[in-house]
Amino acid sequence: MGKWVKSGSPWIWMTGGAVSISLIAVLGLLLLIAWRGLSYFWPATIYQWELEDNTGARSTLIGEIYDREEVPTERLTAAGHVFKQPPGEFVTRYLVKTGNREFVGLDFRWILATDIISRSEPADVAMLERAKNGNFYGYPVAVIENGKRLELKNDALESSLMEHIDRAVALSDKALSLQKQDIGAINYKIEKLRLKERRYELDGELTDSRKQELAAAKVALEQDYKLLEKELFALRDEAARDSVIVRDMRGVEVELKLDSVLDVTYVNHLGLMGKIGKWFVGLGRFVSDDPREANTEGGVFPAIFGTVFMVLLMAIIVTPFGVIAAIYLHEYAKKGPITKMIRIAVINLAGVPSIVYGVFGLGFFVYMMGGSIDQLFYAEALPSPTFGSPGVIWSALTLAILTLPVVIVSTEEGLSRIPSAVRQGSLALGATKAETLWRIVIPMASPAIMTGLILAVARAAGEVAPLMLVGVVKLAPTLPLDLNFPFVHLERKFMHLGFHIYDVGFQSPNVEAARPLVYATSFLLVTVIVALNLTAISVRNHLREKYRSLEH
Amino acid sequence: MESQVIQPGSAPQSMLKGGRSSRRAFKDKAAQIGVTIGGTMVFVALLLIFFYLLYVIKPIFDSADVTPVKSVSYQHAEVATLMVGADEQNEVMYRVAADGQVDFYTVADGSLLSSFTPPLPAGVSVTSAAIAAPSEQRFALGLSNGQALIVGIEFGLSYPNNKRLITPKLRYSAGEAPITIDESGSAIHHLAFSYSNDKISFAYQDDNGAWRLSRLEGQENMMTEEVEWTTTGALLPDAPKKVAHQLMTPDQRQLMLQMGNKVFIYNIRDVESLDLMQVIDAEKEKSKVNNIALLAGASSILVSYDSGVVTQYFQVNGPKGRLYKEIREFTDLAPVASIASEFYRKSFAVVSPEGELSLLYTTSERELFDEKFDLKNPGVMGFSPRANGLVVEANNQLNIFHVENSHPEVSWSALWNKVWYEGYPEPKFVWQSTSGSDDFEAKLSLMPLAYGTMKAAFYAMLFAVPLAIAGAIYTAYFMSPKVRGIVKPTIEIMEALPTVILGFLAGLWLAPLIEEHLPGILVLLVLLPTAILVSAYSWSKLPGTWKQRLPEVYQELMLIPVICFVGWFSFAISPMIEVALFDGNTRQFITNELGITFDQRNALVVGIAMGFAVIPTIFSIAEDAIFSVPRHLSNGSLALGATPWQTLTRVVLLTASPGIFSAVMMGLGRAVGETMIVLMATGNTAIMEWSVFEGMRTLAANIAVEMPESAIGSSHYRVLFLAAFVLFVFTFFFNTIAEVVRQRLRDRYSSL
Repeated sequence: MGKWVKSGSPWIWMTGGAVSISLIAVLGLLLLIAWRGLSYFWPATIYQWELEDNTGARSTLIGEIYDREEVPTERLTAAGHVFKQPPGEFVTRYLVKTGNREFVGLDFRWILATDIISRSEPADVAMLERAKNGNFYGYPVAVIENGKRLELKNDALESSLMEHIDRAVALSDKALSLQKQDIGAINYKIEKLRLKERRYELDGELTDSRKQELAAAKVALEQDYKLLEKELFALRDEAARDSVIVRDMRGVEVELKLDSVLDVTYVNHLGLMGKIGKWFVGLGRFVSDDPREANTEGGVFPAIFGTVFMVLLMAIIVTPFGVIAAIYLHEYAKKGPITKMIRIAVINLAGVPSIVYGVFGLGFFVYMMGGSIDQLFYAEALPSPTFGSPGVIWSALTLAILTLPVVIVSTEEGLSRIPSAVRQGSLALGATKAETLWRIVIPMASPAIMTGLILAVARAAGEVAPLMLVGVVKLAPTLPLDLNFPFVHLERKFMHLGFHIYDVGFQSPNVEAARPLVYATSFLLVTVIVALNLTAISVRNHLREKYRSLEH
Repeated sequence: MESQVIQPGSAPQSMLKGGRSSRRAFKDKAAQIGVTIGGTMVFVALLLIFFYLLYVIKPIFDSADVTPVKSVSYQHAEVATLMVGADEQNEVMYRVAADGQVDFYTVADGSLLSSFTPPLPAGVSVTSAAIAAPSEQRFALGLSNGQALIVGIEFGLSYPNNKRLITPKLRYSAGEAPITIDESGSAIHHLAFSYSNDKISFAYQDDNGAWRLSRLEGQENMMTEEVEWTTTGALLPDAPKKVAHQLMTPDQRQLMLQMGNKVFIYNIRDVESLDLMQVIDAEKEKSKVNNIALLAGASSILVSYDSGVVTQYFQVNGPKGRLYKEIREFTDLAPVASIASEFYRKSFAVVSPEGELSLLYTTSERELFDEKFDLKNPGVMGFSPRANGLVVEANNQLNIFHVENSHPEVSWSALWNKVWYEGYPEPKFVWQSTSGSDDFEAKLSLMPLAYGTMKAAFYAMLFAVPLAIAGAIYTAYFMSPKVRGIVKPTIEIMEALPTVILGFLAGLWLAPLIEEHLPGILVLLVLLPTAILVSAYSWSKLPGTWKQRLPEVYQELMLIPVICFVGWFSFAISPMIEVALFDGNTRQFITNELGITFDQRNALVVGIAMGFAVIPTIFSIAEDAIFSVPRHLSNGSLALGATPWQTLTRVVLLTASPGIFSAVMMGLGRAVGETMIVLMATGNTAIMEWSVFEGMRTLAANIAVEMPESAIGSSHYRVLFLAAFVLFVFTFFFNTIAEVVRQRLRDRYSSL
């Protein structure tokens, strides 16, 4: 034993333990996010419990099991809970999602295993997904079509209900696209007219003829608007024509208008394939739908779009600067104090906390540059700012500075792997240095540039702190890209996956309900970032192998 | 990065013959210039950030500026001046004479705009006059028949023909007819008063020299909507006779009478039981008190002396109740003739008989401005509502000054030293930047935030450094290359993990988990090293035949199942321990039995989560440093008979120690600036406790929380920039050290 300790072997094992702990941590974290994120879409079984509490009152509860935990009995008795029979040292406690928010107040409830008399999985219980107030659990009883009650049974009821829901959803979608696209365009044009008028006024060129012209244009637009509005209301009324009667856990029959119902699932009689199908549908909706209910439900499409758009914009800005800086450092700079200072600057740019970039971006880009742009070009909209408030372009610029060192370091590494024989060959054949760079060096280094870019994108996609200051919002009414001229609106605020996680997880009124969605969003973000990083690593490794063979 | 290519330059000009040669040469030159400019841009970007931050911060340390605008000779000079002031735009100034006449003058041309004389009953004269708090712009006249009249000054704003027009007028707050305050009809002397919508208090000396308090309480008549006042009066007990100055707080709770070097403080909250709360002895060597004034917010009394000293007093909770206490004094001023406090901020101005004007701020203890103007024998002074104008009455003239005093509340001492804030029992470090009220004393100490930053970084490093460095040692020195090729990128991928996700998991998953399983965490701390050692020992005792069957390469990873099991086991037995040792509720046990505050989102959670974020940074750099120690060094040591562990500690680690140091510095830099994890995994309260069970507020998180709601250009905005600058300088320092150390190390390796 003494000899074993003396050999240092226990210390070696301890260091081995450190590696193992780190590995477990990384993999455990990824697995945790993946498991929680992906199970969000899995249709959970709906149970019906018969409960009897310690006073002997009986009740029925319908819902999904959300969480379970073992609680020391002592803690419960200390909190004032009285048991009919002593239950042993620990009691199981279930967190049940009961839905039906407008009737029961809280849509989550803790129940104790000691209160449960029986539990069943009724086949004809259904989960209705709604646009407002969350899910509804209950037994569909009848469909009301245009005020007429259709008495149907079992499968006939189910298929009729689905048919009616599909119809209502289609109509609602139509209404929504009408509202967003056509009516949105008219509003946009009216606003443009107002600004045009103000512009003339500021320039002192607002003549009476111009005034009339603008007024006429406005009247025409308003007429169009009225027509569209009528159409919109008609569509909405049509969607609200039917309703469904559902018996909930209190035994009360509730009528739900179908224009607020998005989907119905009879979870308990879905087979495995059915559930897998539902899982994919859920996943698809998550990435393609707009958020609902203060971001706690629905999809994250605008956040995905915002993240991608901002990151691409950033990539466009950062690539030329990063590549030029790397070329300068590697190909042109002479060894000296200036080069050394630039290198230290690069290291420091990489090390400065991201929030500092946010502060700088807010002060310099948004207030100073944006404010000046507004004064010069958008004076007619003042005092409401156009570019002088946080927006996607400023976020992209801020993150471009932040990710500049990533591109520089990676590109320079690529340049240093190109054997100097290649350059010398080109120069010996009479090419100028610029030609050598452009025709030989940069093409050879392009995978390295690509690697740098991918890493920069991965870094930017996960960065949240600076964006909170320079352009991200919890709910953007419009995307930065739409069909209104000039199509790309760089001054608009945008949504971001990372900020979405922060906002929904920490600022939403119903954190319990939103938590699975946050896991799903996290999983999405982690997948994208890890995939980008793995791509970058594999490109880099591939590159190293390639040049190693070139050298020998 | 440091590997520049030694290479020939472009071909000389003479070689580029032919028709297109000049164009090619030009292109070559242009590319060189362009790339050079582009390359230096990186440096420029860093400088830009640095100087832009400085540019925003600088104004908070600038001193104030006061410039004379206009002097106007006033009429009615035979009567003393009661108060002076100006409107919000500094376009109209006014003077109230002690007999109640109010004159308004236009600043632009010095002309008399309008003049008002208060309506008094026939045969009644003004025997005393008093002013309310500056922000109220109100005064009262005490009359010879025992009545009083309250007058307010108002400025109407209208825009006829799109031009701003200011119309001054008087408002009789308690009705145009004087109200009776002394039932016996005695003349009112030495009046002090305070007014609110339903309550008015007057303190005065009657003809017999007795001090009286008279309170009117108003009740709105439901029918006529008129306020009906009911008067109660009482005698002030033990009041001094010869009072120089008298003040009443706007909340009508305290009355201050100054006689000589003593200030008598009365509690006048209840008319039925008036009592003398305290007598402040403001005696100072060789100087006499010559004025007292209330600071904005009316929590502090300023006492000025003829020797050029101003002291601030406010109430401090002590064993004998809330008593006034001398808090700080401003010395080396010119002798004080008059004193004026701002409407909402804690600034005040003093002027000397010679005309030396000083601007001071209490909280930051700054003398913002000091200059001598042509102001002989100055009388009263008054700030304008936005504190950008100051009217001084001197030489029978009204002198209006433009005041540029944007950031008086920030000073080195206010940021980094303990400050005694109004209402606090002792000097403290406090960060509380905003509040609902106008006359709020901003508490902008960066200390609690810097402390929180250090605390978070400390716990993160405590968690990360041992794990990361031990991991780096093993990976670089003991691990087989094949396994290393997998392990290293796996740990490094963690660096790419967005911190918002780590923060979210820490706040919503880890924090409740730790709270539930505190005993489990303790057990894990003990059990984990023991389990590793036990499995190591049993491995060494394992019969050779068994060892051969297990794969040699993955020997090190055999610990993974062991650790997983220990982790699971610790958490599984956690409830049993909780029941057995901590009465079934550890959290309550800690709070009640041990008396330790326990926050769910505490430093332990932050330490683990941020440690996680820092591990890959330290691991990666340290691993590189250890791995690139030349092999012949360790081989030599091994050949001389040292064990691998001896070689590691005496040779490899010593050689690589600068690299490891630089790794730790890099990690520290990252931990200091990390925002999202701290923001999400702590309660963000700016406390100064080292306790691992309490939270903190860091500089970075504070910026993220407060920046979006701070007004551009305000002191708060600039102080947040200062916080960012502190972070910038801090990380710059650590990163530069780390980089320089690394450069040197690289040179040393290449020479070995």
